[in-house]
Amino acid sequence: MEVIQGKSIFGGIAIGPIYFFTKEQKQVKRTKIEDAAAEIKRYEDACEAAKEQLGELYEKALKEVGESGAQIFEVHQMMLEDDDYNDSVKSIIETQMVNAEYAVATTGDNFAAMFAAMEDEYFQARAVDMKDISERVIDVLMGIGEAKSWDEPSIIVAEDLAPSETVQFDKSKLLGFVTKLGSSNSHTAILARTMNIPALIQIDIQEEWNGKMAVIDGFSGEFYIDPEPEILEKYQAKKEEQEAHRRLLAEQKGKPTVTKGGKAIKLFANIGSVSDLPAAMSNDAGGIGLFRSEFLYLESETYPTEDEQFKAYKMVAETMAGKKVIIRTLDIGADKQVDYFDLDKEENPAMGLRAIRICLTRPEIFKTQLRALLRASAYGNIAVMYPMIISVEEVRQIKAIMEDVKKELDDAGIAYGNVEQGIMIETPAAAIISDLLAKEVDFFSIGTNDLTQYTLAIDRQNAKLDEFYDPHHEAVLRMIEMVVDNAHKAGIWAGICGELGADMELTERFLAMGVDELSVSPTFIYPVRQIIREYDGPTK
Amino acid sequence: MKQFKYVITDEVGLHARPAGLLAKKAKEMKGADVTVTVSCNGKSADATKLMAIMGMGVKKDMEVEVTVEGGDEEAAAAEMEAFFKENL
Repeated sequence: MEVIQGKSIFGGIAIGPIYFFTKEQKQVKRTKIEDAAAEIKRYEDACEAAKEQLGELYEKALKEVGESGAQIFEVHQMMLEDDDYNDSVKSIIETQMVNAEYAVATTGDNFAAMFAAMEDEYFQARAVDMKDISERVIDVLMGIGEAKSWDEPSIIVAEDLAPSETVQFDKSKLLGFVTKLGSSNSHTAILARTMNIPALIQIDIQEEWNGKMAVIDGFSGEFYIDPEPEILEKYQAKKEEQEAHRRLLAEQKGKPTVTKGGKAIKLFANIGSVSDLPAAMSNDAGGIGLFRSEFLYLESETYPTEDEQFKAYKMVAETMAGKKVIIRTLDIGADKQVDYFDLDKEENPAMGLRAIRICLTRPEIFKTQLRALLRASAYGNIAVMYPMIISVEEVRQIKAIMEDVKKELDDAGIAYGNVEQGIMIETPAAAIISDLLAKEVDFFSIGTNDLTQYTLAIDRQNAKLDEFYDPHHEAVLRMIEMVVDNAHKAGIWAGICGELGADMELTERFLAMGVDELSVSPTFIYPVRQIIREYDGPTK
Repeated sequence: MKQFKYVITDEVGLHARPAGLLAKKAKEMKGADVTVTVSCNGKSADATKLMAIMGMGVKKDMEVEVTVEGGDEEAAAAEMEAFFKENL
C-alpha cells in the first residue's frame, strides 16, 4: 500500500481502479508558409470548428452540471471571438509568414503569461483557460480527435486536466480524479465541485499505477494506492454513509423549512467558532441560532480585546449575509474555566459564579463584549442573547448596561445596527417566570442541557447518575411548553438551542408545542428539516 | 459622451464569467453604434474585448468608470448602469 498526501478540491470518497490518462503528445512545429491569406483562412475555419465544439460541450455541461458549470464553455467561445486574440494570431501569421498552429500556440502562451503574471490568484488561474482554448484550435488544425475513453468506472490520474476534458469524460465512468498540477481556483476544480466528484491535486503521479485499486479521501486529501483490506473496508463504509447524506442533501437542499400545515420554522445552526461557519453554510443553515462566544476567551491567554472580538463577530455577520446571527455573551464558569479570569475555586461551580453573573459583577468585561457586538451589527443581522438568567431584575440591569454602551457609541459617532436582545431559558426559575421575562426581551432560546440538569438536580458530568437521568423527562418537556406559550402570549418567538433541539424523537412534539426555532449542529439540519417538512400535525 | 462610476460587488471581481457577460452586452450595444469603455486604475479597455477587460484585473470593491459614446447615449448609459448593478 502507498499513501500520498495531496490537496483536496472536493470532499468525498472515491474507490476504484486507476486509469492513467495521457494526452496525445502533439508537437507544434514552426514552418514557413507562402500564402498568408490562405493560412489565415485555415485559422478562421479551425476557430469556427472549435467554437462549434464548445457549443456542443456547453449543451452537454448544461444537462449534466447546470448553467453555472456550463458557462465556462460559453466564455471560452467568447475568448475565441476576442479581437485581441484573433489579431495576435493573424499578425504572427502575416509578419512572420508562419503556420497557423505556431501562431496560435504563441498567442496562447503570451496571453497565458499575461494572466500568470497577475497578482490575484483567481486571475492567475485563467492562464489555464488560455492554454485550453488554444490547444482546442491547434487540435482542429492538426486533425487530432477527441480524448480517448476507458471501459470500467475509474479514478482518472493525469498530469493536468482542462475543463473541456473534465466535462467530456463519461460521468458514469468517472469516480474521481487525481492530478499533479492544477489549483483549487481552476475551472476544472470548480467543475469537480459542481459535479460532486472527489478530486485531489498536487499529487506526484506515476504511470505504473495504471489499473491498480485506489481510494481518494477528499476530506483528508490522502490518496491510497493498493489499499490494505481493512482500509478499503473502512472507506467503503464511509462512502455509503456519505452517499446516504448526499441523497438527503439533494432532497432537502434549498427547500424551505415549512411544515405541511404551512408554519415556517427557523432552522438555525449552533457554532462554537468562526471555523464552523463553512459547515453551517454548506448545510443550508437559515441563520446562526447559537454562536458560543466563549471560544474567543478560551483560546486566548488574556482577555480578548474589543477589536479581536469585533473582527470575529463581523466575519460571521458578513458571511451569513443578512441571515440572523445570535451571539450568546460569555458563558465562562462551571465546566469552562479560564485561568486569567482568576475565579475562586467553588464547591459547586455549576451553581456558582458563571455566565451572566460574571458579567454583572465585572461590567467592564461585559461592556467590551457588547461594544464589539454592536459595532459588528452594522455589518449584518446580529442578535444577542444572555445566558443563565434567573430574574427580571437581571434583565433590566443588562438592558441598562446595553443602553450605556449604545450611548458611548453614539457619542463617538460609531454606527451600529438594530440588535434584538433575547435570553436563554436554562434555569427552572426563568422557565417559571417566563411570562414576566417575555415582556422584557425580543426572544427566548431554551438551553435544554442546563435546564435538564437543574430541573432534575442531576449533575450531567457524573456518569454514575446515568440510570436516573432521563433526557425526555416530562418535567422538562412541560417547562418547554410553558415557556413557548408565555413567549407567544407576549408576542415574541421561542426556540431551542440545546441538545434536545436536534433530538429527532422529539421534533414532532416540539412542533406541536409551537416551538418557532430549532438551533442544531450543522450536520443535523437536513435530517431535522426532513421531519419538519413531513410534519402535518397541529402547530401553535 | 456619458459617464458613470460603479463599485464592483462580485466576489472575485471582473473575472471570466462576469467579464464575458459584460463583453456580450457591449457587443449588443455596438450593434446600436454605442461604444462602451471601462476604466480602472489608470487602465482602460473597450468593453467588447474580453481578454483586455480581464487583463485589467478588477477586483471586488474597486471602482470602475464606464464611458458610453454614440447612439442614444442617455438611454444606453442608463441601460449599462442597470446592467452593472444587476450583474457585477
